[in-house]
Amino acid sequence: MATTGQAHVVLGHPVRRKEDLRFIQGRGRYLDDIVLPRMAYMALVRSPYAHARIRSIRTDAAKAVPGVLAVITGEDLEELGLAWMPTLAGDKQMVLAVGKVLFQYQEVAAVVAESREAAVDGAQAVEVDYEPLPVVVDPFKALEPDAPILREDREQKTNHIWHWEVGDREATEEALHRSEVVIREHIKFQRVHPAPLEPCGCIADFDRVTGRLTLYVTSQAPHAYRTLLALVTKLPEHMIRVISPDIGGGFGNKVAVYPGYVCAIVASMMLGRPVKWVETRTENLTSTSFARDYHMTVELGATREGKVTALRVKTLADHGAFDASANPSRFPAGLFSICTGSYDFPVAFAEVDAVYTNKAPGGISYRCSFRVTEASYLIERAMDILADELGMDPAELRRRNFIPPEKFPYRSALGWTYDSGNYVAALDRALELIGYPELRREQEERRRRGELMGIGISSYTEIVGAGPSHTFDIAGLKMFDSCEIRVHPNEF
Amino acid sequence: MPARKGKRATAAPRRTAARKAVEAVQPAARQRIRVTVNGHPYEADVEARTLLVYFLRDTLGLTGTHVGCDTTSCGACTVLLNGEAVKSCTLFAVQADEAEILTVEGLAKDGELHPLQKAFWEDHGLQCGFCTPGMLMTAYAFLMENPHPSEEEIRVAISGNLCRCTGYMNIVKAIQHAAQEMAAR
Amino acid sequence: MFPAPFEYVAPSTLDQAIRLLQQYGADARLLAGGQSLIPMMRFRLANPKVLIDLNRIPGLDFLEEDRGVLRIGAMVRHRAMERTPLIQQRYPLLADTARVIADPIVRNRGTVGGSIAHADPAGDWGAALLAAKAEVVITGPKGRRMGQRTLPLEDFFTGPFMTALQPGEIVTEIRVPAPGPREAGAYLKIERKVGDFAVVAVGVQIALDADGVCRKAGIGLCAVGPTSLRAREAEEWLIGKRPDESVIARAGELAAEASQPTSDTRGPAEYKRDMVRVLTVRALRKALERIPMA
Ligand SMILES: Cc1cc2nc3c(=O)[nH]c(=O)nc-3n(C[C@H](O)[C@H](O)[C@H](O)COP(=O)(O)OP(=O)(O)OC[C@H]3O[C@@H](n4cnc5c(N)ncnc54)[C@H](O)[C@@H]3O)c2cc1C
Ligand code: FES
Ligand code: FES
Repeated sequence: MATTGQAHVVLGHPVRRKEDLRFIQGRGRYLDDIVLPRMAYMALVRSPYAHARIRSIRTDAAKAVPGVLAVITGEDLEELGLAWMPTLAGDKQMVLAVGKVLFQYQEVAAVVAESREAAVDGAQAVEVDYEPLPVVVDPFKALEPDAPILREDREQKTNHIWHWEVGDREATEEALHRSEVVIREHIKFQRVHPAPLEPCGCIADFDRVTGRLTLYVTSQAPHAYRTLLALVTKLPEHMIRVISPDIGGGFGNKVAVYPGYVCAIVASMMLGRPVKWVETRTENLTSTSFARDYHMTVELGATREGKVTALRVKTLADHGAFDASANPSRFPAGLFSICTGSYDFPVAFAEVDAVYTNKAPGGISYRCSFRVTEASYLIERAMDILADELGMDPAELRRRNFIPPEKFPYRSALGWTYDSGNYVAALDRALELIGYPELRREQEERRRRGELMGIGISSYTEIVGAGPSHTFDIAGLKMFDSCEIRVHPNEF
Repeated sequence: MPARKGKRATAAPRRTAARKAVEAVQPAARQRIRVTVNGHPYEADVEARTLLVYFLRDTLGLTGTHVGCDTTSCGACTVLLNGEAVKSCTLFAVQADEAEILTVEGLAKDGELHPLQKAFWEDHGLQCGFCTPGMLMTAYAFLMENPHPSEEEIRVAISGNLCRCTGYMNIVKAIQHAAQEMAAR
Repeated sequence: MFPAPFEYVAPSTLDQAIRLLQQYGADARLLAGGQSLIPMMRFRLANPKVLIDLNRIPGLDFLEEDRGVLRIGAMVRHRAMERTPLIQQRYPLLADTARVIADPIVRNRGTVGGSIAHADPAGDWGAALLAAKAEVVITGPKGRRMGQRTLPLEDFFTGPFMTALQPGEIVTEIRVPAPGPREAGAYLKIERKVGDFAVVAVGVQIALDADGVCRKAGIGLCAVGPTSLRAREAEEWLIGKRPDESVIARAGELAAEASQPTSDTRGPAEYKRDMVRVLTVRALRKALERIPMA
């Protein structure tokens, strides 16, 4: 036998996945497949309005529906001190609406019943009297002086959430002023929804005897869940077990803790029974974590030879009704300051203003929830516009501006250290592999024939991951390296 | 509660056509149904509004069939009803009375994976696996009708099944390989 | 979501079904393929107390040509329209249509009768069958004419999701005139993604005389009005003319003028109107290509 037997070679050889054997035979164990003894089911009542005051909620009819065990409203949660919960971004979010609703499909009441169907019957029978209020969905309008204040719970009577800036404002202003060429573009990166095929859901199982909570949940971040749930429920972390079974896709959608989970936990505590809540696709698309929704204005200065001189970015970030992105508190706009990309900018300045609107809260989605996608799109789009403006090949423009290999480790104008790289070599290799000059020739020919053919180029310097903990945290708590010390003093 | 029918199923008296006609014209909120699922006969009392997918999942415990949407769009719930692919979230269990149903759990025979299952595994036709049972059942029904499909025909055939993870390349490839494997047999 | 509770009944004859409809009146609803009704019930947009399932009534799914008429039983599934050789060979307009409705799995269940009765202005059968000059056969309680009446499809649609059906009546058949010599049709649809309802769709049916002059034309428009629409002016314009490019182009403009689109998530009204023009022109070209001229 050869020393490098096939079985040991992984790179370059397809490997069959172990879990697939279950999945292809219908033997996965996804959240909704789990059934616990005496399990009850929960359904949510949601707001048809994007902004409205709640005059009253009547639950008598719902409670009378056959099979209904309990109806929970925001007022009930208030008595328990659970009407609001912290978000990952350090804001707070209503679990069930108190006083008003701030986005369409917001959670208003929870109904627990003996069956899935009965829970929905109960939810249909809850009567909510709304007084519609003016709606703000445009983040620019949210900042106008006569805009209605959405978050009346806050001390600051404004829809502005926070301002964040990085880089050298004056030097950038000056460099742009001196630049031979300046391009300016407004770029909107729309909301996106992760939409994993399996919607979100949980089973909360609070054991009244042991005082322990077990939460089966479609979670991409079970450890963060435990930390957050301990904050919300006031149970110590070691009394909470989070079980994340097989997950039908996540893409960031299963990072946030949703109001439904807290309601299921409360219901389980009230009833002393396991409570299952599985959202519908409609609920998933309307109320769970979105991301992007960045309105970015970019100004990029350069010489006529195509050497970049300065970058300035002004962004309005639409966070919806609650700031529920997953950004660590030191970086409210995540790692957006990676927006100088792979290029050697002598100076740069970026600022982000976050606002509330009457939309579902969010901030987490695939391709990095830390705003790296937004930043990359911004800089690559700007480089293309500049190439167009200068009449220069976009590959050549990038080659001229890549951080040169001799400058590594490199500190960017916005403060990141790039440890190593040889971007020009990588670009040249890529161009060679796709036969770039031939492609350009083909494009020219086709255009002469009146056909359209586009060639896109982009580079991506990525910073991802939620660590290390000297920089990152969840809701102000250091991540991944928490520990709890319990002291049991001996009696002498 | 479901009575898993073994030998007793044959012993139970069959409803005569006449009795059935009388039963049938009387609207009822619950109904007793008999179905054969993956070759096993079952008899159960179901609420009229119970969707077939929840009958399979909650009553029979066959959780391989998934629910991914509420608008008949995703195909995660696809099963075979009398040999034809249907979205089991858009059919009432009472409608399946007397029907033969095949779910993903019934694809492997005597511990031997179906060529489609093997091909999905080999070709990485799945990631999270949530869409996989529906994809497999759709492909199964399709290959019975069209054993030598083109790539284009496969793409049309699975156009009612959504996958959010894998991308359709490997799924199409897996179905092509399974078709070849089945033809070679 | 789950439907509200209801009572289910599966009659085995048409008479039983009609009697049940009479007995339960507005509380009852017919169930055909269920591909529109069940989603509506899940969202509780429809809450029938009694559901009358037509699927156990034999003999409602005939599909045959009989004395110059194509007879489509109300329970004929979209799939049968897509696959039956008779339709593929003689009714390309209808075969084209079946292929672009929903997705193959939904097509296994959904029925032509159910689509017509549902009267969704974005339903594809409506526009296609208007172009085909179809008639609807309705069966109701026995009285005059043995409980049957026949209406031109155009008169059957009375508004969005509204039809001329009276209490106790069931759509039992759709009739399409069989094509004469030198006659063909086509159906074209723009959709945002495969399986979606139309942004705009257009169906055409056209017949030429031996000299290549248009002697019959039908144009149906989908998703651009409160009901499926017929583009009458465009039809009349074509008749008596040789359909060359300039004649077809004018027909496209007239069809666009007949459309009444509204702006929605599928696109702005101006775009849709222009797409009516484009699709009408293309569908006419395609239909003409399909006409074998000596
Ligand atoms: C994901 C999806 C995508 C779709 N896309 C399209 C599309 O692109 N184009 C399109 O045209 N359609 C589309 N549809 C709708 C589909 O074609 C339905 O099958 C059709 O609209 C209704 O037919 P059905 O047989 O399913 O009727 P059902 O849903 O059973 O019934 C619809 C209505 O008609 C009534 N009814 C049914 N049969 C009769 C009868 N014989 N007499 C009187 N009343 C009757 C019912 O009471 C009900 O009110 C789509 C559906 C889905 C789920
Ligand atoms: S769950 Fe049936 S189609 Fe999505
Ligand atoms: S593998 Fe995850 S949805 Fe298809």
